[in-house]
Amino acid sequence: MSFVHNFPGFSIVLCMVAGIISTPMKGKHAKRVTMAVVSLVFLASLASLGYVLSNGEPFIYTMGKFPAPWGNEIRVGVLETLLASFFSLIMLLSLVGGMDHVFKDVKEEKINLYFILVDLLLSSLLAIIYTNDLFTGYVFVEINTIAACGMIMIRERGRSLIAAIRYMIMSSIGSGLLLLGLAMLYGITGQLLMQPAHQALVAIREMNGGALNVPCLITISVITVGLAIKSGLYPFHSWMPDAYGYSTISSSSILSSLVSKSYIVFLIKFFYRVVDMKGISDSRILNILFVLGLVGMIMGSVGAIRATGIYRMIAFSSIAQIGYVYMGIGLGTDLGMVAAVFHILTHASTKSLLFLSAKGLTDASRNQRRFHYLQGAAFRTPFYGIAFLIGSLSMVGIPMLAGFISKILFASASLDADAGRAISTLVVLAISTILNAVYFLHTVIRIYTPVNIPEEVKDEKNSSPFSAKVALFVLILINFGLGLFSQPITDLIQIGLGMFG
Amino acid sequence: MIGPYLFANLEEACAMILFGIGFTTLLLHKNLIKKIIGLNIMDTAVYLFLAAMGYIDGRVAPIVVNGITDMDHYINPIPSGLVLTGIVVSVSTTALMLALTIRLYQKYHSLDLDEILMRMQREELK
Repeated sequence: MSFVHNFPGFSIVLCMVAGIISTPMKGKHAKRVTMAVVSLVFLASLASLGYVLSNGEPFIYTMGKFPAPWGNEIRVGVLETLLASFFSLIMLLSLVGGMDHVFKDVKEEKINLYFILVDLLLSSLLAIIYTNDLFTGYVFVEINTIAACGMIMIRERGRSLIAAIRYMIMSSIGSGLLLLGLAMLYGITGQLLMQPAHQALVAIREMNGGALNVPCLITISVITVGLAIKSGLYPFHSWMPDAYGYSTISSSSILSSLVSKSYIVFLIKFFYRVVDMKGISDSRILNILFVLGLVGMIMGSVGAIRATGIYRMIAFSSIAQIGYVYMGIGLGTDLGMVAAVFHILTHASTKSLLFLSAKGLTDASRNQRRFHYLQGAAFRTPFYGIAFLIGSLSMVGIPMLAGFISKILFASASLDADAGRAISTLVVLAISTILNAVYFLHTVIRIYTPVNIPEEVKDEKNSSPFSAKVALFVLILINFGLGLFSQPITDLIQIGLGMFG
Repeated sequence: MIGPYLFANLEEACAMILFGIGFTTLLLHKNLIKKIIGLNIMDTAVYLFLAAMGYIDGRVAPIVVNGITDMDHYINPIPSGLVLTGIVVSVSTTALMLALTIRLYQKYHSLDLDEILMRMQREELK
């Protein structure tokens, strides 16, 4: 066993230990510990990615002394390490970009708690990505929810408390369904590890003449619905605008780009490794995800057009982007899944860029979030204006940027599916692109509309620290990187999905 | 026709009904405390489901006391283990929700979610 084998498991434990030792620390030291841990996790994930790629096959790391099918284990393949390194990088950048606001928004004696929550969140994200055990997945999904809820409520304003309780209610419903589904799956298969559970389901399918029987289908749909609720698929999205709009900016950026995505990653793992793609395409669950994804793409954009504040607009746009991801999954083809995973990366990098740059713009507009006050904000902070412009263009799908590649991938993947899906995907993709353009470019035009600047606003303009600008700059580079060099990334995703099977 | 199946799986059927009750309470009730009660009913229903499936008539808990090592004498300990883990998770979720409820009550003097939303909007208009 090579030393690199320890990295993924070690990263999870490291985050938890960092959370524990930060408890008695002051905010400043807790911040240093967290930043160090997140960077270490990023490097460790990159190292494991390189190792898995050079080996050409995934490895399994047994936790505890019992081998499968009794013990607990984590499984490390290309897709897992790619997502882990990407997620930790985005988390690092979101934290750096919003650090001064964390210290402003959170009470001084509670700042270390904020970083404990970040540590916990990262450890649960990594565990959800890596785990090979369904029940461990459930436990970390709950830890993820609790940490995310804490990150929303730590601002202690009325709005954020209400956003937190609404988030918690929706999430509890989702995790209740997930728990029930896993209990039923355990009752049917007698296994909790993904591979043995898969073999049991295959055996059931063979006994039943090639199709899954009704109890299996109900189980799969309960788990799917549970995870869909938690990730904020269209009819279950009501908590999202408030939760993203009223928490401190690092939280919004981390929540929208990472937390809701981790549930989708768990769902993709469940589809590929427990029920294989044949079983899932034969059931009609994907059709429901497909339709809800399409509706979400339109309704999210409509909500964004109607929004009066910039954060709510970006949050509604997240609902539309979650719809894109589910549409890709719902296509039921391998290419559709590649497009969905690529869009997870695109959305993570673009949404954090948008949230952070929007914060820079509102800071230059007397902290007002309404569009009316944002007029001309891009002239007051040119850097944030450009960052917001690039994020918007990427979301709309202008070539050279990440969003364009996602849309191309979705469109070309839809041609592989049957005619009905292909046509509806292309039509909705076109409509949604226009709607995206309407609200994003509307905002861009507004922030680039010159106004007479009152003197007292002018003074505030250079308040953001240099490190925040560097973080934004790196996010812009990631956006261009995903847009210009997408081939290696999609190849990696394809290899990773191939390793899932 | 349903009768024999229902009586053979009475606990599981009860668990599903309880799950439905908890689910609808959590989703539809306006009162925050009742929502939390619903959450607990929902989680407990899953534990009942797990425990009922994990128990086999005539077998005992897997603790060796009188030297019997035959596997057929004992039940599988994993469902019970899952129930224990699940209880820990639901206790922490409940604690968090109760803490949030206390905060909201201190701020808005109400447990009704609609009322709280209304008071918040009124406060923002001021």
